[in-house]
Amino acid sequence: MARHQVTVTVNGEAHSREVDSRLLLVHLIRDELALTGTHIGCDTTHCGACTVLIDGVPTKSCTVLAVQADGADIGTVEGLAGADGMTALQEGFQQEHGLQCGFCTPGMLMTGTALLLSNPNPSEAEIRGAISGNLCRCTGYVNIVKAVEYAAAKMGEDN
Amino acid sequence: MAPRTSAKICGMGHSMKRKEDPRFLQGKGNFIDDHTLPGMLWLDIVRSPIAYGKIVNIDSSKALEIDGVLAVLTGKDLEAYGLHWMPTLMSDTQMVLPIDTVMYQAQEVAGVIATSRYAAADGVAAVEVEYDPMTPVMDPFRALDDDAPVLRVDKEGQTDNRIWHWEAGDKEATDKIFDEADVVVREKMHVPRIHVASIETCGCLADFNPVEGHLTVYMTTQAPHVIRTVLALVAGHVGLSEEKIRVISPDIGGGFGGKVPVYPGYVIAIAASVVLGKPVKWIEDRMENLQADSFARDYHMDAELAADANGKIKALRIKTLADHGYADAQAAPSKWPAGLFSICTGSYDMENAYAEVDAVYTNKPPGGVAYRCSFRVTEAVHCLERIVDTLAHKVGKDPATLREENFIPKEAFPYHSPLGWEYDSGDYQAAMDMAKEMIGYDDLRKEQAEKRERGELMGIGVCSFTEVLGAGPSKDFDILGIKMFDSAEVRVHPTGKAIARFGTKSQGQGHETTYAQIIAEELGLPAAHVQVEEGDTDTAPYGLGTYASRSTPTAGAAGAMAARMIRDKARKIAAHLLEVSEEDLDWEPGTFSVKGAPDKSKTIQECAFAAYTNLPPGMEPGMEATNYYDPPNLTFPFGTYICVVDIDRGTGEVKVRRFVAVDDCGNIINPMIVQGQIHGGLTQGLGPALYEEMTYDEDGNNMAGSFMDYLVPTAVETPAWETGHTITPSPHHPLGAKGVGESATVGAPPAIVNAVVDALAHLGVTHMEIPMRPDRVWEILREKGVAG
Repeated sequence: MARHQVTVTVNGEAHSREVDSRLLLVHLIRDELALTGTHIGCDTTHCGACTVLIDGVPTKSCTVLAVQADGADIGTVEGLAGADGMTALQEGFQQEHGLQCGFCTPGMLMTGTALLLSNPNPSEAEIRGAISGNLCRCTGYVNIVKAVEYAAAKMGEDN
Repeated sequence: MAPRTSAKICGMGHSMKRKEDPRFLQGKGNFIDDHTLPGMLWLDIVRSPIAYGKIVNIDSSKALEIDGVLAVLTGKDLEAYGLHWMPTLMSDTQMVLPIDTVMYQAQEVAGVIATSRYAAADGVAAVEVEYDPMTPVMDPFRALDDDAPVLRVDKEGQTDNRIWHWEAGDKEATDKIFDEADVVVREKMHVPRIHVASIETCGCLADFNPVEGHLTVYMTTQAPHVIRTVLALVAGHVGLSEEKIRVISPDIGGGFGGKVPVYPGYVIAIAASVVLGKPVKWIEDRMENLQADSFARDYHMDAELAADANGKIKALRIKTLADHGYADAQAAPSKWPAGLFSICTGSYDMENAYAEVDAVYTNKPPGGVAYRCSFRVTEAVHCLERIVDTLAHKVGKDPATLREENFIPKEAFPYHSPLGWEYDSGDYQAAMDMAKEMIGYDDLRKEQAEKRERGELMGIGVCSFTEVLGAGPSKDFDILGIKMFDSAEVRVHPTGKAIARFGTKSQGQGHETTYAQIIAEELGLPAAHVQVEEGDTDTAPYGLGTYASRSTPTAGAAGAMAARMIRDKARKIAAHLLEVSEEDLDWEPGTFSVKGAPDKSKTIQECAFAAYTNLPPGMEPGMEATNYYDPPNLTFPFGTYICVVDIDRGTGEVKVRRFVAVDDCGNIINPMIVQGQIHGGLTQGLGPALYEEMTYDEDGNNMAGSFMDYLVPTAVETPAWETGHTITPSPHHPLGAKGVGESATVGAPPAIVNAVVDALAHLGVTHMEIPMRPDRVWEILREKGVAG
């Protein structure tokens, strides 16, 4: 099988790896770069547990080849919290009880992060629409919606 | 109820933010697929494409030529170790890998062991299996025909496809009431096969150390201790001994009952690790998960209610056919093959009842896991709450009113049900009153009448369920003979911080927080200072695990009892330190003070320090306690749910406009977490009511084997749930709590069905089968001439 040199920037850090043509991006992230916060839930782009940001766009990394991401700037859940602690959205998830088992949570956070960047004050319907490609079996979504609203409100205050 | 403890202590009643959240929010969870070990190999599984047939040949040669593929394990390989069959938790048997026959589509046929995930998958694709297909039996009614092929020819003495017959109640007395009743209503209904579909699939990492004969298994299991015992029992003959088996259940990405049973994949991974002497990891992909394991329900019920002309219920009679698939692999207590189905008389006082269930084998994968349900309570509640509506319709009464007129009155508790349960406590009218008030019931009925005039289809559905959970009193409940108690071990360190370990295992329920709050409530230590651990059989006390809403009723009670034992010791130490007698001390959470001299006091932390530094003469040092809690009875949470739906006449789509859930789970430990449990449970009730169903064609092909076809609710379909609570404490639980994790999954589906039937009742519709997909609803609209 052909091997390819792939360079990606993940959470601001550049990584270069030689990979098989068929290696999925999610496996590059999890198995090669040991960033296991990104999860695999379905293999068919339905559940969204593997959502990462590729050049700022929420993307399901279980159906992207690593070679397709060559040169990309990738954001994963590990890159959200910084020196100041968790982001407003992460904080919102804890304050509003937006997670239970925590397995879908990284994908929800990445989708929510992208939503708030493009739409700082989303309506409930807009939030529900944005996360409709991220399945959660524990929370019933109500508190995930509230978590995004919490973050929008907090980010609005800060600005 | 106002919390008894301060916000700093954060005992019961505080909506404490979860201690487990920061790791999940920052990508530092520790799920099964996050584990790796040096030299780790990968297992992937060859699965049967057919539902029933003979294996003519398995050719592994091409697979073994693939770079990285080390071995292909077949049933014959496992037979050499006596590991090709295993017992189910219901004392049935099932194949780990087949020798000559496959019994369901997606059945495990061979295991490929390789050095990488990808090589293992390549190996699976290269294993060539030749089958001689046979005609499968997919219909459970067909399975009972005299000329149906006997599927389980492996079982000695098995001459048909029946597994067992179970019945409860006085048939003769019930029949007599039916013979003399003014009104009898009857509905046939199917609660179809569904799937837990936790976002994390099943998996394990088996690590056998051949030098020490020690096996460590990291495993997605809700019941690690029982699994360890089962492994010791079934693999003792190959040298696995219980003290040399360690089962570690890491963070679990949703369980819902699907991670209670032992699946062949786990056993193949363990066998591979034992054979190869290396760590072996197995992670199901989603399609394997949806096609091979974690199935629930599949009860065909024929229900009748007898009543007087005013709608006073006299008796209930249910005949049921249970489709278990290839094996009775459900995870119910031994003496309860139909689970707790006899809760089917629910919230209503009636003279008598009779229920029977016949279980059959078919060529479906093994089913019957207690999916977010205390062992068949979902099926029982669905049946009763549906037919009560049929009765209301028949006698011309509002379904809420008919329920109220039949409720077991609150003065009647403890209530003895006709099928043998002693309900601990209840106030059903209070929950009904709150639900009606919250949703504005009377106004909705007016709105419905107006809309009906205009030809719009709007319905209001009510469900007033009673659950039975918290198994169990050990005299009645066991799994493979192991009594269904649960346990806690609490240790307070010299500096007043504590660790508490439990025999259960959280899968998202928030035990690290709620258990800490229980200890905080009883000891007055801040919950933030109580570290909770579960899931490691080497460190946690033995317990039966987390399912059937049993954690708070059993392990939670054990935690309270252990903490009380520590508090009793602390009282002796405080008396010693203050030089008074124990009787002269008052207790406020966290502090003992001298009666009449409140400034003379010792904190629980000071007592803890003294337990290691300044003991009363003769007292055993240290500050820890263990409790194995055997509950005196089950608990009986209840609630009333009211749902409002609008039906699109053009498409048949059902939209849940509002849904009010009033639950009574007794005293509440963490209101925020309880509300979260209700939200999630309601959504897992919405799914089966409207979307989810695992169907098979006549050849045995799974028709919903990916998330493309198995439709779980997204944020768009799911309504903004509205919740309320009444509180009727359990009189026998140390904290007055009852458990809550599954009430909403049980109560939601009939509320939604009742709303849809209510929207169509004026057209003569009395029942709808679930899931109420748009095509199914639209077909009825067309038949009735109202399709838009």
